[in-house]
Amino acid sequence: MTDELDRLQDVLKAETPKPDATRKAENLRLAADNFDRLQGSTGDMRPNDRPATVSRLWNGVGRMINGAKTKGGLAATTALAAVAMVWVAQDQGMLSPKLPGTVVQTDATAPAKTTTESRADGSQSTDLVREESVIVAEPMMMEPATEIEESFSMADQAVSGPTGANNAPSIVARDRAMILPAPEPRTMPESDTEAFANAEQNPLKVTAEDPVATFSADVDTASWSIVRSSLMRGTLPPPDAIRVEEMINYFPYSYPAPDGTHPFQPTVTVTGTPWNEGTNLVHIGVQGELPAVAERPPLNLVFLIDTSGSMQDPTKLPLLKQSFRLMLSELRPEDAVSIVTYAGSAGQVLEPTPASERATILAALDRLEAGGSTAGQAGLQQAYATAEAMTEEGEVTRVILATDGDFNVGLSDPEALKDFIADKRDSGTYLSVLGFGRGNLDDATMQALAQNGNGQAAYIDTLSEARKVLVDQLTGALFPIANDVKLQVEFNPATVAEYRLIGYETRALAREDFNNDRVDAGDIGAGHTVTAIFEVTPVGSPAILSDPLRYQTALQTTDSDELGFLKLRYKAPGASESTLIETPIVPATVTPDTDVAFSTAIAGFGQLLRGSDFLGDWTYADAIALANSARGEDAFGYRAEAVTLMRLAETLSQ
Amino acid sequence: MTTNDTDLALAAAGGDRSAFSALLERHYDRLFAFGYRVTGSRDAAEDLTQDICAALPAKLAGYRGDAAFSTWLYRVVMNAAHDRRRRAQTHAKAAEGWGAWEINRRATSDEESARLDWLRQAMATLPDDLRDTLALITDGELTQGQAAEVLGISEGTVAWRMSEIKKRLRALLEQETRA
Repeated sequence: MTDELDRLQDVLKAETPKPDATRKAENLRLAADNFDRLQGSTGDMRPNDRPATVSRLWNGVGRMINGAKTKGGLAATTALAAVAMVWVAQDQGMLSPKLPGTVVQTDATAPAKTTTESRADGSQSTDLVREESVIVAEPMMMEPATEIEESFSMADQAVSGPTGANNAPSIVARDRAMILPAPEPRTMPESDTEAFANAEQNPLKVTAEDPVATFSADVDTASWSIVRSSLMRGTLPPPDAIRVEEMINYFPYSYPAPDGTHPFQPTVTVTGTPWNEGTNLVHIGVQGELPAVAERPPLNLVFLIDTSGSMQDPTKLPLLKQSFRLMLSELRPEDAVSIVTYAGSAGQVLEPTPASERATILAALDRLEAGGSTAGQAGLQQAYATAEAMTEEGEVTRVILATDGDFNVGLSDPEALKDFIADKRDSGTYLSVLGFGRGNLDDATMQALAQNGNGQAAYIDTLSEARKVLVDQLTGALFPIANDVKLQVEFNPATVAEYRLIGYETRALAREDFNNDRVDAGDIGAGHTVTAIFEVTPVGSPAILSDPLRYQTALQTTDSDELGFLKLRYKAPGASESTLIETPIVPATVTPDTDVAFSTAIAGFGQLLRGSDFLGDWTYADAIALANSARGEDAFGYRAEAVTLMRLAETLSQ
Repeated sequence: MTTNDTDLALAAAGGDRSAFSALLERHYDRLFAFGYRVTGSRDAAEDLTQDICAALPAKLAGYRGDAAFSTWLYRVVMNAAHDRRRRAQTHAKAAEGWGAWEINRRATSDEESARLDWLRQAMATLPDDLRDTLALITDGELTQGQAAEVLGISEGTVAWRMSEIKKRLRALLEQETRA
């Protein structure tokens, strides 16, 4: 009878698979990186090891920089890298680059503070810093041996700048500085697992040949946040991360409010172009109405939270928890919240719970911890199932996906996932995507998911950004007033020789799609504004770039002096037929108001960052001057922040 | 001549990187195999191994050589497995692992799949503590006494658990013969 046990053991041995080679390499590297990190902060205990230890650390950073292809490796190294990048940003903000190898004694508390956003108020950043100390200790909460307490406290010191620094300021400060041999600002690496959605800049069009531009409205703001996060860590954003229209749309404008039957109203302003004397800007501002917020229907929110291993970075899961705490205060007792997580497997960690039970929701949020790989699809399916179960007649249901952008497990076909989301969108459940953290941010996937889900994609890099997206603008993000908003502008060849649309590269539609109600387009939420800017070259202007054609017959032109004709289509929420708004673009050139001038400055800034050829010798300094002159009321301080970032970009570009 | 594990571990605890790498390299496959035998899922085993790799440097810094390294290591691993199991319960986890043998049945040759079915069925009948004990003993690295030390139970209990496993396997066999 012992045979049975022997047989079981034999079969068990035989059936045990070999570990996956890729995962093995990743895991070994993760262990080595964590090992290095520990040595880095405790190096003073072994003075003889120091030179070797420091070079190892630098190798570690280099490896992350050059070959950060695997999630495991990234998870292990982001904390270190974040410190590195922030340090450079600090330095850049104030001084010219240091000589390589200079050891700089920096304030030990500065890196962590900036990581968690120096503009956040004191209590909040303390919170985040405390969370940060969890990184090393977090991976497992195991208590095998008695020595563990001791090793954990060591680990805490290794990572938490401020607390560690209080105990042993010299150690932490010195080691941090030595890890970082003052790299050139321009060579600050972008980890190569980031993927951005973008297309070539819109080319100049000749009106006589191609008079019609068609595009979808875009109220996303993710691009601005990515620009900010790059600049704040001392590196120019990758040109592909720049979507000019999203940068412009980040800022609140107060265009004339709609007064008629339509839920929004376009306002067209024609002004001179700051960067080209021979052209004009046609500025189209669309203001959405703000329905009485008090009467909004009950909300059902399903948070789908990525808890994969890569989320343990302090700018990811801990910031996410903080953000949702902020958002919770905006909800009403009749609203309901559910939380679904996905990592190695998907699971519901919070049953649908009324928003009035704050303590229950907060407790569930606090229990979240990162670990494992990412099974995005299973998570989405479960989130939608939960959402459908929660929805009752007359209620608004949203799935809010929070992720660093990794869908690497269980997703075999991105197209199928998009179709799945689009299908759910048609049944009334929309999907918004919140991106967290840098390193493997998959901006392209985020955009694709949100666009298919009729939701918004926002990128949250700081607590103040979380406040803007989830508190100040919650209403707009969750309550659409118009779906599938498309714009089409036909320019008049008698008055406009050439034109180009600034931004909206990823939102271009085919001309015939405009009238096709089956073609999906962007959505506008309550109080949202959408801004589109064309640069147009009048007929006869010395700034015309294209020569006339020799073999084309003279064009039949009208004697209208209009510059063009704006058409706008939208569907009321839930409707399947679209409504048309039309307005001519008249040539009266006016002095721009602050909204128009500021959005123009941001358009110029975005094009500078993208390396546009159309700006001539217009510089960051010009953009700063223009933005400064157009700050307006700026109740939230967003415009002031923009000017700060322009200055940063100016320095970094030199 | 290879350095023994305990010496390597002490060197690693003292900050020797190459000792740490050699040590982990040496044990990685065994850690993974153990993870698989405890969880019954390849994915879970990979994740468990990742958890261990992430935490091991910090743990190792506290290793003083009081226990044999293998005993110490398995204690770390055992705790990681328990921790993961606890978390999985709160997650209302999708079915996977030994308990879900029907779902995971693979299409292979008849004989092979029969053997695999039997294994999954047998593992599924075992409660967690018996399965843990079996995985530790099957590894062949530990004596019953060391396994007892890892599990924090007496050697007698380990022996009792092994006989309990045999009893359950017998019951399974009888059930099959009757069917």
